[in-house]
Amino acid sequence: MANDRIAKRMELKAPVSRVWRALTDYREFGEWFLVRLDGPFVPGQVSRGQITYPGYEHVKWEAVVEKMEPPRLFSFRWPHPKSFEKSDAPPDYSSKPTTLVEFRLEKTATGTLLWLSESGFDKLPSDRRLEAFRRNDGGWTQQMKNIENHVAKKP
Amino acid sequence: MLVRKLCSGQPYSIAQLTEGSKLTRQAITKHLHVLESVGIVLGTRRGRENLFELDPRPIQEIRGYLDLVSEQWDRALARLKAFLEQ
Repeated sequence: MANDRIAKRMELKAPVSRVWRALTDYREFGEWFLVRLDGPFVPGQVSRGQITYPGYEHVKWEAVVEKMEPPRLFSFRWPHPKSFEKSDAPPDYSSKPTTLVEFRLEKTATGTLLWLSESGFDKLPSDRRLEAFRRNDGGWTQQMKNIENHVAKKP
Repeated sequence: MLVRKLCSGQPYSIAQLTEGSKLTRQAITKHLHVLESVGIVLGTRRGRENLFELDPRPIQEIRGYLDLVSEQWDRALARLKAFLEQ
C-alpha cells in the first residue's frame, strides 16, 4: 500500500445497476455506510447528514460530491477533522483538507467488480493524521466488530 | 538508498553516507536537508561532525492512520456486500 492512498476491490453478486443504486441513492448509501443523509447526492453540491454508527451518533457527515457518471463512477471529497471525540466541540472542518473517495464499477460474468480508492492523504497535515490515529486507536475496531455481529444476525 | 542506510537506526556522518555512493557529497548533503525538512531525518552534532539519523515516527504515523482508514473501509465494504447479497 502506498503512503498516500487506499485501494480496494470487491466482487459483488449483483448487477452493476443495483450496485450503482446502493452507492448513489442517498437512502441506500445510508443503510450500509451507516449515515442518515439530509438529501440526494448531487454533483458539485455538499452532502450533509449524521453518522448512525453506534458510538458515533454525535458525528456529522459532510462531503462534496464530485462525479456521478452512471453506472461507472461515483466520487466525493470529504474532510478529515482533527477529532471525533464526544467531549470535544463539533468536529472542526474549518480548514478542510480533503481526501477524494472514488467508486468505480465494472460488469463481470458474476455481477459487479467494485473498485474503491481514497487518495490525498499526503495533503493532510501531520497533526490531523496523528490526532485521528490517537483517538481512534482501538475504538473504531471494537465498534465495527459490534456492528459486524449485528449485521450478521440481521442480513 | 539513503533512507535504507539510515534504516539501521544509528547516526551516520555525511562522509559515511557518501561512502560507496555514486552521488557527490554535495548531492547527499542536499538530500539529507530535504529529508530533515520533512521530519524524516534528525540532524545532531557530535564534536565537529554533523550526524544524521532516521526518525521513524512520521512514517509510522502516516502508515498507522492509513491502516486505520483502510480497516474502516474494509468494514464498510463488507456491510455493502451484505446489503446487496442478502
